Amino acid sequence: MGIEVPITLGILDGVVVAMVAALTALGLSLVFGIMRIVNVSHGEFYMLGAIIAWFVVTYLGSFLLALVLAPLAVGGLATAVERTILKKIRYDPESTIVATIGLLYAIQQVVLATFGPYAREVSPPFYFRVDLGFFGYSGYKVGVAVISAILIAAVYLLIYKTRLGLFMRATQQDTEIAQAFGVPVRKVYTVSFALGAALAAAAGVLIVPIQQAYYLMGLDALLLSFIIVIVGGLGSIKGTLVAALIVGLLDGVVSVFFSPTLSRILSSLLVAGVILVRPRGLFGSGKTM
Amino acid sequence: MSIGKISRRDAIKAITRSAAAGVAVGVGVVGGVGGYLVGSSSARPGQTVTVTQTAAGATVTQTIPGATVTQTVTAAPSTVTVTRTETVGGPAKEPIKIGFEVHRTGIGAVYGAWYERTTRAAVALINEMGGIDGRPIELIAEDDGTDPQRGVQAVEKLVLEHKVDFILGALFSNVVLAAAPRAGELKKPYFAVSEGYHVPSGQLNRYSFQPGITDVRSQLTAIAGWVVNNLGKKITMIYPDYAFGYDHRDWFGKAATELGATIIERIPIPPTETSFTKYFPRVPADTEVLYHVMVGPAVLTFVKEMGEYFGSRRPEIFGFVDSLEGVPLNSPGLEFLEGTYFWEAFPRYLDGYDTPYHRYYRNKVGVDENGADVNDPKNVSTYSHMFSCWETLFILKEAVEQSGYRRQTPDDYRAFITTLENFEWFNEGNQHPQGAKKFDGRLHQCFGQQFISKVENSKFRVVHRTRIEDSVYESDVDYTKQPL
Repeated sequence: MGIEVPITLGILDGVVVAMVAALTALGLSLVFGIMRIVNVSHGEFYMLGAIIAWFVVTYLGSFLLALVLAPLAVGGLATAVERTILKKIRYDPESTIVATIGLLYAIQQVVLATFGPYAREVSPPFYFRVDLGFFGYSGYKVGVAVISAILIAAVYLLIYKTRLGLFMRATQQDTEIAQAFGVPVRKVYTVSFALGAALAAAAGVLIVPIQQAYYLMGLDALLLSFIIVIVGGLGSIKGTLVAALIVGLLDGVVSVFFSPTLSRILSSLLVAGVILVRPRGLFGSGKTM
Repeated sequence: MSIGKISRRDAIKAITRSAAAGVAVGVGVVGGVGGYLVGSSSARPGQTVTVTQTAAGATVTQTIPGATVTQTVTAAPSTVTVTRTETVGGPAKEPIKIGFEVHRTGIGAVYGAWYERTTRAAVALINEMGGIDGRPIELIAEDDGTDPQRGVQAVEKLVLEHKVDFILGALFSNVVLAAAPRAGELKKPYFAVSEGYHVPSGQLNRYSFQPGITDVRSQLTAIAGWVVNNLGKKITMIYPDYAFGYDHRDWFGKAATELGATIIERIPIPPTETSFTKYFPRVPADTEVLYHVMVGPAVLTFVKEMGEYFGSRRPEIFGFVDSLEGVPLNSPGLEFLEGTYFWEAFPRYLDGYDTPYHRYYRNKVGVDENGADVNDPKNVSTYSHMFSCWETLFILKEAVEQSGYRRQTPDDYRAFITTLENFEWFNEGNQHPQGAKKFDGRLHQCFGQQFISKVENSKFRVVHRTRIEDSVYESDVDYTKQPL
């Protein structure tokens, strides 16, 4: 077995990880960029996406339906959270962190109490094994990377080509001026928070046939999302995508050649380095998306 | 049992006084306990319970004044059988508190759910039969989050706040390794239900026992020969990167190497890992046997990705069923496991070891013939491990009753521990459905039979059953030399 096997595998695995992580992190990045709050419960929206997918596939039998219903349901929950909790604490950054930590535990425990501690599997909507000569790879995983890329492109179009996107960008640049020009800032907040949660849920739905639905799965996703948004720059779509690719490929290639532990050490060092040298992240200007 | 209970100590004293010199009495749990439990189950206060067991050799009868208790101890070389006639009655006794450190949450939660179910079934049965020494069991469960630090806190809470008499301990070996020393410091007997090598390795203390399930080293000692002789001699091992995995790495490696095999690669994987494909390129192409053991919620992903990676070019694969505990074998993506082999401690499918005791136990815990919840065929149990809770509780019961343990005093604990250390054998029966077990009081560890199963038509089919002696290894560990 030559070096081409691990390299191909490392890149393939890295890109799949990167695309799903980018989709998850994008939600976190949007929420921070527009609302200036850190949503610690973001990983739980991802987990809820996976759990709802399990319920929908098990009881309604359609993965496609899960891909629609789970983001909608989680987006709805996020809307309620935004209206009832975040609004009440006036989006105060410190209070929001505490509130969303509370939300994290609340969601986790409700899922534990209802769904149980099990890791439950969901059959992929399509499955084939790609045989690459020396080894095989899941066709569904490749599909997940493609669907994630499509969703990220859709978010890009939403933000740069629609009126709502214009409002969101305006709110991000300067909330008061945007308000003065008639941008319904409060509604933009609600929509952004719901959209961020829905994106995480969509990532959760896509990942569940690979990793199973499990009540603690949100923690890893949250950590990876933080790494990506810190490296890429909070609030930047381009930064999120580039950082996800860096982190994903680092994970894939270093894991294959050395060890996954080393790849995690390197990711952490990357975060530390970016914070030291360029605190706003690779692409984060703090002004534009 | 009510007032004037005859303890094992009393019985031994009686034998020593009356029976012929040189009679060996160092035998543990007496035979045919299954019959005893069934007989006792209908006991109510005021009723007389008679337990009769086969006897041979000298006979000693002892009657304690003031109590309606007659006990006959019959001893022959290497056996002790007890016949008791006693009255169950009097005022309700104070419950005996058993603390249960359980993985309700965290990566061991699936095991935890089934361990709790099995434990509660055993407790209900014991209580139905009149409890331990006439005292009902009060089970106090404390979640440790499958976390070593919380494991220590759980032990402290159970001992200091709930004031339990004994602790039924944890499963994950990293948690046991943290919690058991704390139980030892608090001088509270701690029963691991883990299969880790921590107890017999001598790392723990006089208060730690593992009488209800065999340890990894003995399992590997028993099955290594079969793997090497039937599957191949060039072996790559994949195992979790913590204590339990190291037991596999060390003891399977040792046993296989002694049999002429070579471990050509060792691949540790963090137990919290969720993606595994990246590890498989490290499996050398000339691997004849891929040995795998994995734990945690991502076990299904692990096995599926192994299948995707190797496809039909796979080497022979031998796994520990830990990699599939709680996972239905007909899950999508597991097709490639057809024709691979697994170790099982206790066959998931009833037909792998169909005995009346096994059926009795399965029925009491509520598990169907395929190893799943009787009410939910998709809810597959952690069948190969959870029997340890059941068997341990019956051993605890026997040790309490034979030692005359009553209160949480140093003397009573001393009697309890030394009695338990003198146990030598657990007979197969309703209390020990997995099979008979040899107990080594020096190691605080039992030894028993193991099973090797082949996956056929998405089911396990038992292809080999080891003998108890296959699993026995030499050890210098002797907890009995430690002070109490």
